[in-house]
Amino acid sequence: MRVLLFLLVKEFQQIFRNPAIIRIIFIMPAVQLLVLPLAADYEVKNVYITVVDNDHSSYSHALVNKLVASDYFVLTGYADSYAQAMLDIEQDRSDLIIEIPGQFERTLVREDKATVSIAANAVNGAKGGIGASYAASLIQDFNTDIRTDWLQLPRYNPYPVIAITGSNWYNLHMRYDLFMVPGILVILLTMVGSFLASINIVYEKEVGTIEQINVSPIRKYQFILGKLIPFWIIGFVVLTIGLVISRVAYGIIPEGSFGLIYLFAAVYLLAFLGIGLLLSTYADTQQQAMFISFFLMMIFILMGGLYTSIDSMPEWAQVIAHLNPVTYFIEVMRMVVMKGSTFADIRSQFFIISGMAVFFNVWAVLNYRKRN
Amino acid sequence: MIRQFYIFVKKEFIHILRDPKSLLIIIAMPIAQIIIFGFALTNEIKNANFGILVTQPDNTTRTLTERLDASAYFDLALVTDNMEDAEKAFLKDEIKMLVVFEPGFEQALLHTNEAAVNLITDATDPNTATTLRYYASIIIKDYQQELRDAGSLPYSIETNIRMLYNPQLVGAYNFVPGVMGMILLLISAMMTSISIVREKELNTMEVLLASPLQPFLLILSKAVPYVILSLINLTTILVISTTLLDLPIRGSLLLIFAESFLFITTAISLGLMISNITDKQQTALFISLMGLLLPTLILSGFMFPIENMPKAMQILSNAVPTKWFFIIIKNIMIKGLGWASVWKQSLVLVGMTTVFLTVSIVKFKPRLA
Repeated sequence: MRVLLFLLVKEFQQIFRNPAIIRIIFIMPAVQLLVLPLAADYEVKNVYITVVDNDHSSYSHALVNKLVASDYFVLTGYADSYAQAMLDIEQDRSDLIIEIPGQFERTLVREDKATVSIAANAVNGAKGGIGASYAASLIQDFNTDIRTDWLQLPRYNPYPVIAITGSNWYNLHMRYDLFMVPGILVILLTMVGSFLASINIVYEKEVGTIEQINVSPIRKYQFILGKLIPFWIIGFVVLTIGLVISRVAYGIIPEGSFGLIYLFAAVYLLAFLGIGLLLSTYADTQQQAMFISFFLMMIFILMGGLYTSIDSMPEWAQVIAHLNPVTYFIEVMRMVVMKGSTFADIRSQFFIISGMAVFFNVWAVLNYRKRN
Repeated sequence: MIRQFYIFVKKEFIHILRDPKSLLIIIAMPIAQIIIFGFALTNEIKNANFGILVTQPDNTTRTLTERLDASAYFDLALVTDNMEDAEKAFLKDEIKMLVVFEPGFEQALLHTNEAAVNLITDATDPNTATTLRYYASIIIKDYQQELRDAGSLPYSIETNIRMLYNPQLVGAYNFVPGVMGMILLLISAMMTSISIVREKELNTMEVLLASPLQPFLLILSKAVPYVILSLINLTTILVISTTLLDLPIRGSLLLIFAESFLFITTAISLGLMISNITDKQQTALFISLMGLLLPTLILSGFMFPIENMPKAMQILSNAVPTKWFFIIIKNIMIKGLGWASVWKQSLVLVGMTTVFLTVSIVKFKPRLA
């Protein structure tokens, strides 16, 4: 126990002796948490349209007005021809081209049928696809409007109608920051923890000080614990700063309990620091350790469900996502903060993460050799 | 002079080759990442679990449920007749949407021509919530249209939809150019900054500085091997994108390489700048990773549309080199446009490179301590 205490004192002194590191582990996450969630919003809105109106009739005007009046579409401008409208698409000034054919109104009235063309910039498939279907459904609404004008439909429904209403649970005002802040906090916490842990032992290897520890009577598990505990504590500090920022800057008060967040974080940090230390025991230089943890971080972050839904991934990618500790913490964070889920709801995630924590730390202890 | 420079470049290569683990990571990492992200990342929404709450099941509710379940967007995960079960499922994250049919749904539809359905979504993620409700509405409306026998309606406007550049709506078309920029930027900046700071930390920098080679050439000799490594990475990424991911290269390959070379130079100058303001590998690594990873991911525009951001963020995003590179690659590779469409973005990158290099040179100290 006394040995461990000395090790802890040593570790803390070592960490706090480098003021640059302190700035980075406390201030950088705070700043990023303040700034980045504001930018993270991929809801499809502000779809820019260029209209090629070859008809210039009252119907074509009404149709364009209908589109522009909705929240989704912003009119970039009119173009004389399709080729000219394409320039807007190429320069990213527009996402959609709506082309109304010549004699649109006349054909519609005389032949009962007319066609409007939509061309969407689908480089970003989701935006192109959703934008085009919104436009199509608004055009359908417009169609119903004029049909009603012409046909003078009776007051009660002559056709069966399914009335669709909707409710948004847990996020009444559809605030995107409520969704992003807990997720980004998890990522920042993970980055700080894993990077610190992964380069720490390697640093001692590279500078040569690990020899001194290896010849001392310090046991393997004591050494690993001595490395683990300081980062664990730093992790809690970062988490607390993050929660304070969420409260003050975004007004986010968890629906569930703080205790549950900290409990989960405690186990999660153990798991992640375990991974970091494990890397550290394998790598020979800080550079190697960093590259590997960069590689893992990219995968963990992008496949953790922070930005893109895991359900939409192919089977094999979902398997990877479920081996990813970040996935579980982001999920739990959102469940507890936004929905007020209780321990019973997150039990399975909790046990999986506990399992990972044990697995990686035991492996790290076993893999740490006192001789080369 | 040239000979000395050549020798320094050679020394740097020997350094790199002597550490096969790092080299393997540098070469293999982009390959793995582009494959994983090319296949796995999509901001489409598919296979979302949904539940239905129905107290009196009938043919219509069954048909509608089947229609939803059969679509690529939804998977049925819960059938219940009470709200408590549904709430529990929401709390456990088992369902993203709940379809509530009013009691006596079919009867209402047959006799009064109107029946109500409520779509409750888990709006934790507002985007998924809106999209799911939209998809479900379309499926329900299609069914309703069938009931009416739509063919006979007069005054029909048809819509003819075309998806430009990416008719299959493949996610990779958007993600690959983005991830490509990220990988090139992070790896180049990180490698360069470490290689210099490392010499400082291990005190070998003194020796180098005492050599007859000018400091400027000394730094340049450190950059050359990493430019070459990055170009190798670029090539593997392009080969994988076109073969495995079936991405088109519609514009000029030469232009892609020229632009990427410019971008790699930008990244390496950024790395040089970082290495000049730090003297510990840990710090350099932290800045290049913590400082670059999330901001490039979020602000470069391939994840989150820049036009959705608040004004201040939109301005800030201009400082992110990957934003410009993303536009350039997208325009050349996917849209097949030429130099005329990317010269402005290229100029921005040239400007950034100049700034980074100037700061590096001004801050560079030919003597340590």
